[in-house]
Amino acid sequence: MISRRDFLQVSMAASALYGTSGFGNWAKLAAQQALTQDDLLKFDTFGNVSLIHITDIHAQLKPIYFREPSINLGVGAANGQMPHVTGADFRKAYGIEDGSPSAYALTYNDFSALAEGYGKVGGMDRVATVVNAIRADRPDALLLDGGDTWHGSYTCHHTQGQDVVNVMNALKPDAMTFHWEFTLGSDRVNEIVENLPFAALGQNIFDAEWDEPAELFKPYKFFERGGVKIAVIGQAFPYMPIANPRWMFPEYSFGIRDENMQAMVDEVRAAGAELVVVLSHNGFDVDKKMATKVTGIDVILSGHTHDALPEPVQVEQTFIIASGSNSKFVSRVDLDVRDGKMMGIRHKLIPIFADVITPDATITKLIDDQRAPYKAELEEVIGTTDTLLYRRGNFNGSWDDLICDALINEREADIAMSPGVRWGPSILPGQEITREDIWNVTSMSYGKAYRSEMTGEFIHTILEDVADNLFNPDPYYQQGGDMVRIGGMGYRIDVSKPQGERITEMTLLKTGEAIDPSKTYVVAGWASVNEGTEGPQIWDVVESHIRKQGTIKLDPNNSVEVVGA
Amino acid sequence: MKFTRREALALGLGATAVAMLPMRASAAADEAIAAFTGGAEVGEGGVTLTAPEIAENGNTVPVSVDAPGAAAILILAMGNPTPGVAQFNFGPAAGSQAASTRIRLAGTQDVVAIAKMADGSFAKAQSTVKVTIGGCGG
Repeated sequence: MISRRDFLQVSMAASALYGTSGFGNWAKLAAQQALTQDDLLKFDTFGNVSLIHITDIHAQLKPIYFREPSINLGVGAANGQMPHVTGADFRKAYGIEDGSPSAYALTYNDFSALAEGYGKVGGMDRVATVVNAIRADRPDALLLDGGDTWHGSYTCHHTQGQDVVNVMNALKPDAMTFHWEFTLGSDRVNEIVENLPFAALGQNIFDAEWDEPAELFKPYKFFERGGVKIAVIGQAFPYMPIANPRWMFPEYSFGIRDENMQAMVDEVRAAGAELVVVLSHNGFDVDKKMATKVTGIDVILSGHTHDALPEPVQVEQTFIIASGSNSKFVSRVDLDVRDGKMMGIRHKLIPIFADVITPDATITKLIDDQRAPYKAELEEVIGTTDTLLYRRGNFNGSWDDLICDALINEREADIAMSPGVRWGPSILPGQEITREDIWNVTSMSYGKAYRSEMTGEFIHTILEDVADNLFNPDPYYQQGGDMVRIGGMGYRIDVSKPQGERITEMTLLKTGEAIDPSKTYVVAGWASVNEGTEGPQIWDVVESHIRKQGTIKLDPNNSVEVVGA
Repeated sequence: MKFTRREALALGLGATAVAMLPMRASAAADEAIAAFTGGAEVGEGGVTLTAPEIAENGNTVPVSVDAPGAAAILILAMGNPTPGVAQFNFGPAAGSQAASTRIRLAGTQDVVAIAKMADGSFAKAQSTVKVTIGGCGG
């Protein structure tokens, strides 16, 4: 339990950095007690540098519910390793009691019941309170935003990110890196970045034409804090032009570019950096691999895969911090840096319990100001749900089951496809579904719902392709999303097999017949990365469907059989 | 809101039907290697090949190669119908033995660089470049 388990700390001589990956029982000091803001914030300031990490907010400015995944498989060397541990195994690994606040924040079990008790999480006005409290302890703490910030809500879409920019600027971050921001289009991204009052970083953001570092985004920035010369190196999402529409930002190229990362680490070390921090949107497994290939990084603040881990993961001499998503968590990392070396780390993943942490009134007002012009549209009730609606999970989630139902019904399709994104809050049974809720799980700049004919063979090719992005044993070939969600069709997947052999037993659910490779099926989907996609916007499709249903009731989805895990 | 059946068939994922399975090295690739090396043994080390893990655009994939001391470097796309990409020859006055180019890849495959060293020995480096449909980021 978080309240008594204050922090974790490793102090070490430089040589002892090796081999101290076991931090012991996270909740050993835990005891059941009422949760207070002081408990959540309690932290004995340590060393001489503090980092505050927040990432993958996805424009969630207000408190929400967010259920963590039940299935998050790791393949190859990642099998059974953090963050590929869920539910009871996760609680056991960190010594978290069933039903405790940590169990609610970090695992999926009994989610609806615990959510009733513990309430909503997140809200940038609560995050502001936490940031201010850390700054009260350490006025020169660095606030670092891992990206996926200017995307993911009704107001963000309608203001082209301006609402989130306004709120984040008020929190005064020191640096940021990027992913979904680029789906605003390069003109808009350039416009915002040119006026950003903090550093926009990405050592892997290149000019596509010349394959040279992009001028607008610097690879790193130096900060002098607590008498320590700190270099923060940015690492944007490597696979933006593949996972998202390349035509929206054709001037830019990305990639992992770990040889350039090594060159940047060497460069900042040569320039006197005593602490090297990478602000990353690689995804956790890619960060782990990068830490084995690039030497000289002290801390990686990891984003993209939305993992929330209560302890750092140590890879050789690098500590990797995973801070969750949707404004549900803030990580505080205190470091002891002496004689040009990191000598100790103390870390706390702070869950933002919205009913426990007092909102910062200035930020609350600022958020409400952003929302005011859209209030009526946001709050309109479209329906009610009897089923818990959530997104996370490798193969499906009830939100996407609902979206696929909407696509099949509204678009008269045999099969529906919904992208395996990991953003989007949850809705509890009995809750009303507002327009804002629908946009929270669908809004994007390429949301048109296509209707297309595909052969069974091509559907198989798509599934194999996406599965390899998720289950390739080499993390550098993973893009970090989840499996494309399929409505109207079942299949079997062996995650241990190579590409081309994972997907079998594809079955059309409405007839029970096997999918014929040569036959053509009508497929409805959304979020195509291809330019010129036509169709209605997905949020309109889903709204229309929910209106007709009135009350949403979904059966458990057992259409994907998973083996080889 | 109402949607009719008659909405145009969209350019869904269907528009990009590239071959997604890893492509095997063709016999032509083996022949090209044999022609370059004369059948000599090819070692490892001394050649640095830089290529993206996943191609952003399979039609133009940037690759660069660096082999200090090389007299010539051959680059091959092992799965392409015509595997030969380029051969760079370096004269004695060359300041460095490095080159960059862009290549088109028909699908996921290995890109190979073989360097002929000044002493007549050969060394190679290879990298798998994935060509994918894309979509669905976190």
